[in-house]
Amino acid sequence: MLMLKRKTRGEAIFDFLNALGMALICFVTIYPIWYVLVNSFNDGTDAMRGGIYWWPRQFSLDNFGAVFRSEGIMMAMGVTVAKTLVGTVAHVFFTAMVAYAFSRRGLIGGKIYILIGTVTLFFGGGLIPTYLLIRDLHLLDNFLVYIIPVLFSFFDLIIFMTFFREIPEGLEEAARIDGANDWSIFLRIVLPVSMPVLATIALFHGVYQWNDYFTGMIYINNTDLQPIQTYLYRVVAESSSNQMMAAVPGGVTRSVTSQSIKLATMVVTTAPIVFVYPFLQKYFVKGMMIGSIKG
Amino acid sequence: MERKIAAGASELPSDREGRSRRWWRRLLQQRHLQTMALLGVAWMFIFNYIPMYGIIIAFKEYNIVDSIANSPWVGLDHFREFLQDDELGGVIRNTLGISLIKLLIGFPLPIVFALFLNELRSVRFKKTVQTISYLPHFLSWVILGGILATWLADVGIINNILMALGLISEPISYLAEPKYFWGIVITSDIWKELGWSAIIYLAAMASVSPEQYEAATMDGAGRFQKMFYVTLPNIRPTIAILFILAVSGVLNSNFDQILVLRNSLNESASNVIDIYVYQTGIQQGRFSYSTAVGLLKSVIALVLLLVANGVTKKLNNTSLF
Repeated sequence: MLMLKRKTRGEAIFDFLNALGMALICFVTIYPIWYVLVNSFNDGTDAMRGGIYWWPRQFSLDNFGAVFRSEGIMMAMGVTVAKTLVGTVAHVFFTAMVAYAFSRRGLIGGKIYILIGTVTLFFGGGLIPTYLLIRDLHLLDNFLVYIIPVLFSFFDLIIFMTFFREIPEGLEEAARIDGANDWSIFLRIVLPVSMPVLATIALFHGVYQWNDYFTGMIYINNTDLQPIQTYLYRVVAESSSNQMMAAVPGGVTRSVTSQSIKLATMVVTTAPIVFVYPFLQKYFVKGMMIGSIKG
Repeated sequence: MERKIAAGASELPSDREGRSRRWWRRLLQQRHLQTMALLGVAWMFIFNYIPMYGIIIAFKEYNIVDSIANSPWVGLDHFREFLQDDELGGVIRNTLGISLIKLLIGFPLPIVFALFLNELRSVRFKKTVQTISYLPHFLSWVILGGILATWLADVGIINNILMALGLISEPISYLAEPKYFWGIVITSDIWKELGWSAIIYLAAMASVSPEQYEAATMDGAGRFQKMFYVTLPNIRPTIAILFILAVSGVLNSNFDQILVLRNSLNESASNVIDIYVYQTGIQQGRFSYSTAVGLLKSVIALVLLLVANGVTKKLNNTSLF
């Protein structure tokens, strides 16, 4: 009896400390983001004094006003939105289409096709040979460089294939008897029943497109074609905040500094991901599982 | 089925003809499927295989006029040059230093995190912690670099706190000093990926049968003992697989991360192989040399993968292939 009681007390202490530790980890994860958020909603000149930890001291929307008035930032945002939407739809559709063909039993050459793909998982050309290819394809300073070189991924194909193979064959047979060909089976039957896996891959590719700054950095010189992440990279890593101020009409005002605009731009860039994220969580966890089992 | 029967029967010319005709008919029937498949194969040919062929410039003196095929061969000259380069020592030290510390600390931490997270009693709390801890994974390194720069600035929160506590009298420019660079890279990487890396372990833990825990409870095992003797052995294969992958990635510094955090002042601590390849290749335009360095790195990584795979296979009976 005594033993049992002591054990439960020990267990209670364990549970309490464990929960406390987990809460602490959550705090450490969230707080750096919160810090940027409250500072971006504060008057820029006032924020330079520091000490804004929990809540804006002089609440101000001027930083965001400056961001939305800046042609350069808005242009870059537009490029990011466009490449994310077009890139994701194209990648998901194309990869799913190839995966559908690869997943059909009796496809002539199917084994060879899959071997060709598997090799790409282990070997690649690396930075420079890829750069030379992109150059020779005239994709430098071309919006399509965001879309075509990442149109397909064999890794994603494996995830699609795993899913497509589980679709009951009866569904297809019925359509085939009704005279449907492979295209219409893929478009009208396979795609509609595969929404969970399509959403998973779309989520991952969408996040990649949204976050990628490297493509815009090495393949794009024309600033009208650079995405917001590349724009921010130039501001953050090359500390060219002045360039950012120059992009804002009216330049430095009383309440806006280059630092506060930078923070506001970061918030605007991150907000879509943070908002979309909770709704899509179930998909990416599922996607990770399929990927990790097969990959 | 048809095929098997045909193969078993005697090979009459008419049979062979029939089979060939059937094959053509099948091909015709699946012409739409073949179109879809070949579009994918064509893409892989262009975007995966042509760059693989392009690697031969590592053994050539590439110039734009002659193109890849016609540039003169130079054998192993570029490799020799790299091995004699003054920067080699620093590049190796930074690459291996950052990666090994990441392996030493960054690899076990998600396992520990997953073990303790798995012990939470409230399902809702567990879900909340998961949701929050995955979030940084979805932020780009550019954003994170911006956050870090804000935190580590002269008037940033870190300097403010340390000065308020009287630990330092002058603000420190952390990103401008090489000696802080490794610490910043490793800590921020853990901050970003801790939760995400734990997902796979949590999944493996979810499939441990409750009977094992019940049996352990009957035997009088406490929470720690259950974690250590029930949960941990069950996720051992998962750990082994991820360990193989981590070891083979030792030469892969987190390029996106370091490119954001490096600058000319912390160069002596931030110049890793990937950065070196990028600088010599893209910035200086030494295409052949840069490709040679990249190739050398890939070959070593492949060897590491095979070695790690072999060792874990022997020790643990688990392997990637």
